[in-house]
Amino acid sequence: MGRKLLLEHAHVEGIDSYEVYRKHGGYRSVEKALKNMTPDEVVEEVKKSGLRGRGGAGFPTGLKWSFLAKPEGVPRYLLCNADESEPGTFKDRFLMEKIPHLLIEGMITSSYALGANTSYIYIRGEYSWIVKILEKAIAEAYAAGWLGKNILGKGYDLDLYVNPGAGAYICGEETALIESLEGKRGNPRIKPPFPAVKGLWQCPTVVNNVETIAAVVPIINDGGEEYAKLGIGKSTGTKLISACGNINKPGVYEIELGVTVEQFLYSDEWCGGIKNGKQLKALVAGGSSVPILPHFLVTKNIRGEQRLMTYESLADGGFESGTMLGSGGFIVYDEDQCIVRNTWNFTRFYHHESCGQCSPCREGTGWMEHVLWRLENGQGKMSDIDLLADVAKKIEGNTICPLGDAAAWPVNSAIRHFREEFEWHVREPKTCMERNYGLVKEPEMYVQG
Amino acid sequence: MHAVTSNGTPFKFSDAALAEVQGLMKKYPDDRQKSAILRALHIAQEENQGWLSVPAMDHVAEVLSITPIEVYEVASFYSMYNLEPVGRYVLEFCHTGPCAIEGAEQLIEYTKLKLGIGKNQTTADGLFTIKEVECLGACGYAPMMQVGQYYHEHLTEEKIDRFINDCRAGKIDKGTWKMH
Ligand SMILES: Cc1cc2nc3c(=O)[nH]c(=O)nc-3n(C[C@H](O)[C@H](O)[C@H](O)COP(=O)(O)O)c2cc1C
Ligand code: FES
Repeated sequence: MGRKLLLEHAHVEGIDSYEVYRKHGGYRSVEKALKNMTPDEVVEEVKKSGLRGRGGAGFPTGLKWSFLAKPEGVPRYLLCNADESEPGTFKDRFLMEKIPHLLIEGMITSSYALGANTSYIYIRGEYSWIVKILEKAIAEAYAAGWLGKNILGKGYDLDLYVNPGAGAYICGEETALIESLEGKRGNPRIKPPFPAVKGLWQCPTVVNNVETIAAVVPIINDGGEEYAKLGIGKSTGTKLISACGNINKPGVYEIELGVTVEQFLYSDEWCGGIKNGKQLKALVAGGSSVPILPHFLVTKNIRGEQRLMTYESLADGGFESGTMLGSGGFIVYDEDQCIVRNTWNFTRFYHHESCGQCSPCREGTGWMEHVLWRLENGQGKMSDIDLLADVAKKIEGNTICPLGDAAAWPVNSAIRHFREEFEWHVREPKTCMERNYGLVKEPEMYVQG
Repeated sequence: MHAVTSNGTPFKFSDAALAEVQGLMKKYPDDRQKSAILRALHIAQEENQGWLSVPAMDHVAEVLSITPIEVYEVASFYSMYNLEPVGRYVLEFCHTGPCAIEGAEQLIEYTKLKLGIGKNQTTADGLFTIKEVECLGACGYAPMMQVGQYYHEHLTEEKIDRFINDCRAGKIDKGTWKMH
């Protein structure tokens, strides 16, 4: 299962330069699309590929593209979401640093498909050195005639710009990203209208993740059907996974969707197992927002079947016993890690990053942070545990954007699977404040019958 | 979110920075030059010893032909903008989950003790400020901090010691937002 589509050439010396990238087959997808395909045929090919958004939600990309409104005389925009701020996620950064032209090429082919003549890459401001890498690649692409007026003599014009943010997780949410690109605070918009109808400057807009746009390149080169041969079921193609936490080999890996979680976590090809000979305690499989899984639900689902690295298999069991592939931020916890502390840490993150528009999120995340802090510091009460769950429930589904849900899920799932550890923090605060927390016991109902 | 303070000496972009900001404005359609604000503020901050004073923000408003309040609104929303003076080297430590389990919190404590300052404070010699920030996308290379434009990853106490010495010797490159 070692097939790579995006990072195949990432380690070639000088691949960040135009010449080397071109020599390795770069910009073929632009040639093919502009010379031999109509924009609609490009969209069709992406539909056939089964590609799903790599930013977290997993929405089918071809379908999203087909929703784009096309009113006469109104410009359309393609925005690349390079805000990458979900804790545990550092894959887009790797792609842009190593092989920037892949993103530029994907932007050109995708912009052509959507009929966009101006496109922007919105990148988190902290990645400021990558802004320069991308701008250099863009300048090279202009010089070689892949950007600008009348590209390849086909009458298609495209300008591509990089727009750095300035530190705000919320700007990864697509409507907040649009607001930010308009030069405002990153407050998400109420939907509808959806960006496909009214997005940037009230014009039809598509927002896609870096990896999604890069995947369009192999899809057009080899055909959607070829791409769809990789993976399993509705999880087609390859996925970048950024692995971190208590593992031997943290880093960014391109896997074919469908690798087992066990292989990914323990084989030397990928994470290489848990560091220091410790045992696995928990996994956050797709960035801080997704439900945390206790060790006994990581490699197997609740029915005892192998769990796979696919959208469906990770979600198997729903929120009761499953999680989500999310952004591919794979965070591994060993037996020494404290779930209460980690949940407090993530909740502080969401509190800090809430834009403050919706009261349930603005106030609720603060309350959860506060309550978790007192539990972690030996001042909690038993009733705090239900209080937390209650606050989380009241945030979930009651906000303009999904940041509220993203803040609630880690709390809900931590209490669901690690309730004993929360209770232990109330009963034996002193012991808990020392390190080494141990594994949770596998409850009866989880034991395979 | 922070409050806007009213101190600060007069500010004007250097000629090169002004030309750059005017170039940025052309990346957006006519009358949409406000979109250049985030990068314009990064450049202004760099030219104003690392923070955005009211005169600096007012100048950005003038260059972009927008009202000062539009700039204050934006400057107070994003975490990379400092609305108070900072030291020459701002040590921005990530303290989010993945970095925390790799020892970020202990390392931040170590640095605070070493420099004798707390978070958001600046050393008396004006060299260092410590900030605690959220996940910077380096979770696999934890613990880490950002100083200026660059990331410093796989941090240890020894690396912090060396880094601080190098700063004192003026050997640390902070990078620049300017392209030219
Ligand atoms: C709070 C929040 C933060 C998000 N951050 C990102 C991000 O950093 N990068 C990203 O691609 N998508 C992010 N998303 C998802 C985007 O809203 C959007 O769904 C995505 O960019 C669509 O691209 P895709 O279909 O190619 O995945 C975020 C969503 C939310 C609610
Ligand atoms: S948690 Fe520190 S860089 Fe991601």
